[in-house]
This record gives sequence, C-alpha cells and structure tokens, in this order.
Amino acid sequence: MIAIIDYDVGNIKSVCNALDKIGLSWVLTRDPETIKSAKGIILPGVGAFEDAMQSLIDHHLVTLLQQEIKTGKPFLGICLGMQLLYERSFENGEFKGLGVLKGDVVPFQTELKVPHMGWNALRINEDFRDHPIVKNTKNDDYVYFVHSYYVDGLEEETIAYCTYDRPFSALAGRDNLLGMQFHPEKSGDIGLRLLQSFKEMIS
Amino acid sequence: MLAKRIIPCLDVRDGQVVKGTKFQDLQILGSPVELARFYNEQSADELVFYDITASFENRGIFLDVVETVAQEIFIPFTVGGGVNTLEDFTKLLKRGADKVSVNSGAVKHPFLIQEAAKKFGSQCVVLSIDAKRVDTRQDYPAEVDGSLEAGKVDTCKVDANAAGADPAWRVFTKGGRNDTGMDAILWAKKGVALGAGEIVINSIDQDGVKKGYDIPLLQALQREVSVPVIASGGAGSVEDIIEGFDIGGADGCLAASIFHHKEILIPELKKALMDKGIPVRR
Repeated sequence: MIAIIDYDVGNIKSVCNALDKIGLSWVLTRDPETIKSAKGIILPGVGAFEDAMQSLIDHHLVTLLQQEIKTGKPFLGICLGMQLLYERSFENGEFKGLGVLKGDVVPFQTELKVPHMGWNALRINEDFRDHPIVKNTKNDDYVYFVHSYYVDGLEEETIAYCTYDRPFSALAGRDNLLGMQFHPEKSGDIGLRLLQSFKEMIS
Repeated sequence: MLAKRIIPCLDVRDGQVVKGTKFQDLQILGSPVELARFYNEQSADELVFYDITASFENRGIFLDVVETVAQEIFIPFTVGGGVNTLEDFTKLLKRGADKVSVNSGAVKHPFLIQEAAKKFGSQCVVLSIDAKRVDTRQDYPAEVDGSLEAGKVDTCKVDANAAGADPAWRVFTKGGRNDTGMDAILWAKKGVALGAGEIVINSIDQDGVKKGYDIPLLQALQREVSVPVIASGGAGSVEDIIEGFDIGGADGCLAASIFHHKEILIPELKKALMDKGIPVRR
C-alpha cells in the first residue's frame, strides 16, 4: 500500500487509474499515521506552486513529508509534485519549496509556445543508467508534458533530461526520492513502465 | 523535440462511436473503449470524444464512457459536446477526462472559459471553434454580446473594427447553421485571453470534403495565438496532414473518418511525417 498525498490540488483520477492498472494498491490520504505506515509515497499536483505549497502547510504536511523522505522510503513527485521538492520557485513571485532536492523552479523564457505541452523525448543521464527507475526506459522514449515552469537543478540529481528550448530536468532524484516533470500516468506504455519500475523499488 | 500530435476524433452517441453526415445515416463503428484501445496501439497521441447524444436523459451514458476509457487508456484525452457550465467541466474531469472542450457553450458564456481555467487550470480548457470563411467583414453586427451577463460585456466583446487582413472567418454554432457574427480569429484570441489552453479550429467549408485543412485559417491563427492550435476538418490524405503541419503550422492534426475507415493507418502516417522531417512520437 502506498499513500497518495491528498492536499486538494488538481485532478488525480488518472494517477489512481494508472496505479490500479499496474496493480499497485494506494490510499488517498493526508493522515500522518497512514502516510508513515505506507511503503511508498506519491505527491501529485497540478496548478500553481504557491497554492500547492500553502496547502501542504495548511494540512501540516511539510515536516512530515521531509521526514518521510529522510527515511529512504520510495517517494515520487509528479509534475508540480516534483517542483515542490526543490528549494525555491519563481512562479508568480518567489516561494520556498520542500527543499529536499537542490535547485530552483523557473519559467520558460522562449519564442516557443508556453506551456510546453505534448509528447517529448527523454534522454537518460549516463551516470544514472543503472538507476532502477529507468531500467525499462531508453533514450528517445516519449512522455507527456504540460508545464510552464521547469526545474533548474543539479546535474548529479538529474536522471533524465528533456529538451524544449533548452535541456531541463524531466526525471530527477537522489536515493529513493524521485520527481517526474511529465505525467507518467498519461504517457502510454512508457509511462506505465516507469510507474512499474517505481512499484518495484517498493519492497 | 516536441512531437506534432495525431488525434483521432470519435463521436459518441448513446454510448457508441458513430459516424454519419449531418446526423443522418448514423453508422455504429464500435465501442468507445475498443476504439480507444485500437488507437492507443496505433500510437495515436491523443483522443477526442464528442458527445453527440441527442436526448438529455442519455447524457449520463457519456460520463460512464469517459470513466471506462480513463481506466483503460493512458494517453491524454479530451471530451466535449454540450459543455455549458462549470458543473459539466467538473463532472467530466472527475470521471477522468484530461481536457474539456467548449464550443457554443463558450460563445454563449465566455466567462465559462475563465471560470474553468481558474478552477482547473488552462491546460484542461480547450476552445473549439467552428469557422466559416466569409468574403468581407462589412456585415458584422455591431453587437455580438447579447447573451452575456451585464457588467461583463466589455471583457468578452469581439471588436469587429480591430480586424486584420483578409481573408476572414466567422464563428458558427449549431453545426454550422447559426452565424454568430463573431470573427473566428478574434474569438480565438479572446478565448486565450480568458484562459483557454488550446484551440481546436474546425473549418466548416472543408469539413467532410477531404480536400485538406483550411491552411490560411491555420496560418492566421498561428500568427495570432500563443497556445497550441489543432487543425480539424478536411483531412483526406497523408499529404493533407503533412500540409497541415508543414505549411499550416498546426501543433496537432485531428481527423475522424480517414482513421475510422482505415484509409490512413497512423503508424504509416507517422512514418511519412518523419520522412518529411516533422517530429512525431515513435
């Protein structure tokens, strides 16, 4: 059983459906005891950084999540849920994130259309070729993105890149902590394989 | 590189995917889930479902369809048809749709776009426009905002005088029978300003004719709006779709009958696009 963090942001129906599909049982919760006893955690999220962070604060989830990440429990942030893992975001101001990965969330500044929306290709950082999350993923596998801000993070915490106007961190992580800027639950078989790999990281 | 999208469009009536012209001789093509699965295997990048159910009582069936598809198919899908209220948005998204497309509902109440974008995010608000080419702009009605709520009129008013170069297109509703008097490009811009995250532009002139998308219309939209533009209406061949991307600049190309009747198989289409240097998802 894993915990999907319930903090009133966006539509998480697709995430739940995809977990059902790969046979990973989940509970949608914000109860501290349930979260602590879960074998893994998914932090979903759609919408604005400030609202989402405020919602985590309001539900007393910030310290709890930071502690749970420290235990080494498999943890996956999806889309905005990934961005929340970083130190700061510059989405409509400057806001503090959970700060468990190093880097900032910054806006695309490009002639290309923003949001970056649609299917784009992953390129795996060779240093992470043996990471369990990408064991069934290869270079140029396409995944589905919808975002206007991207993570400007460390090379050594970037498992896979995507290139829009510039390369950015599409799949990040350290130890058992992972963030996916794309939506694995909407990325067809490739996305399901990534979730399957996450499932296999949960003992 | 961001891939150009191939999007099959499925009309759903009373729980079945149907195909017919002008609501006559409707032919049942199969179950939505089966077809969605087929298109997923064919590497379609996205699916669009339109509810064309005639009776109000049967509209619940469409919600069940949305839910079943969402449990089986893990690529983005858009739903539309008869979306008039924020509650319609909520219902469809709760059942698992990723985006909701509004058409005449937004013409009647432009603020629906804004409310939905605020509540759910622009990424799930698609403005679908049925556009018809007109020769001149002179006969634009002075007022196009009759049905708007008082006090909100200015924000959504389409300014006919601010029009650019020829040719021009007008927004139609009711399956192309009702001329709204609104300029299609201006309406698209207004829609984006209100929060629409994507435009689907359906050419009434080209629809069903299979002679290609309305390229000047696509080009005009590409110049004027900053969000993805999906071409609809007119694709009859692989070449038409290449033209939609290459010359029209579309971000996605939508088609129905050529895919349903297997006149074009998506893997072959994608190979042809790749050969032309157009980026597609493999």
